[in-house]
Amino acid sequence: MFIYTRPAYQFCQVVLQGYLDEQFYQLEELQDESSPNFVEEVVTLFFRDSSRLVANIDQALQKYPQDFRRLDNFMHQLKGSASSIGAAKMKNECTSFREFCNKENREGCLRSFQKVKKEHAVLKQKLENYFQ
Amino acid sequence: MAVDAEAEFHVLAVDDSLIDRKLIERLLKTSCFQVTTVDSGSKALEVLGLREDRTTPSAVSPEHNEIEVNLVITDYCMPGMTGYDLLKKIKGSSSLKDIPVVVMSSENVPSRINRCLEGGAEEFFLKPVQLSDLKRLRPHILKGRSKDQQLQREENSNTIIISSSGSKRKAMDEEPSSERTRLRFSTGSLTML
Repeated sequence: MFIYTRPAYQFCQVVLQGYLDEQFYQLEELQDESSPNFVEEVVTLFFRDSSRLVANIDQALQKYPQDFRRLDNFMHQLKGSASSIGAAKMKNECTSFREFCNKENREGCLRSFQKVKKEHAVLKQKLENYFQ
Repeated sequence: MAVDAEAEFHVLAVDDSLIDRKLIERLLKTSCFQVTTVDSGSKALEVLGLREDRTTPSAVSPEHNEIEVNLVITDYCMPGMTGYDLLKKIKGSSSLKDIPVVVMSSENVPSRINRCLEGGAEEFFLKPVQLSDLKRLRPHILKGRSKDQQLQREENSNTIIISSSGSKRKAMDEEPSSERTRLRFSTGSLTML
């Protein structure tokens, strides 16, 4: 029995545009009668968690700009969350950030972080549409 | 009637990430396991009845303080006690060492994987964990349960008899039960659902 009310093409768009990957399909596969809101719950958790991490990184870039280990640690968590929901583009930007951390390139980190935030915001908008 | 033995199989999942805990819980429940999730290695040890500063469980009755855990699945990268640290503590404990431990990580680092396997981990899963990965838990299920349940392997066939009682009685205490079910498996695979 189908429990999705949103049109199927809406989700496919988000995947086709590369924002989400197969992992998101896995989440949908895990949704059933016993856990009918699973996808929405995970996505909600993701945005709560990721917003906190983004704020932490923002603050760390201001207050502890040379502490690349701290930055990398936060970004490792953010990347992990993004990966768990299938947020492909965002995950890639997180990887770039970590590479800059590794090279202790602060300018690179700052630029890369802007991209991470942008992907985060776009994804949020797209998924808000998905759940309407 | 087929017995869903995994429904009684209790997995303790350890991960500091809220999202990953939710995911692994859902994956395990979908695969018909009972699940307890905790967010740290030290909490995992509490559930297992082992305090960090001891190698033997505290002397209280198991019914009060501990739940029986049949498998531990843990993230590798956690603050404080890592998944590897937790693995070593479990394998270093005389009462817990036979509990199978699976380690998960988002990073594919061969030296890390080897280290965990050499440290006694049964399996290493790359994150994000998939439903298909959980099928790899099945050999460890029967292995773990054979100590508690009566498990008779007929010599010349693949037929396995499993008691559906799910209690912690030792095998020698168990009377032949009418609830015992004969299950047939195709060679090399266990399909108990």
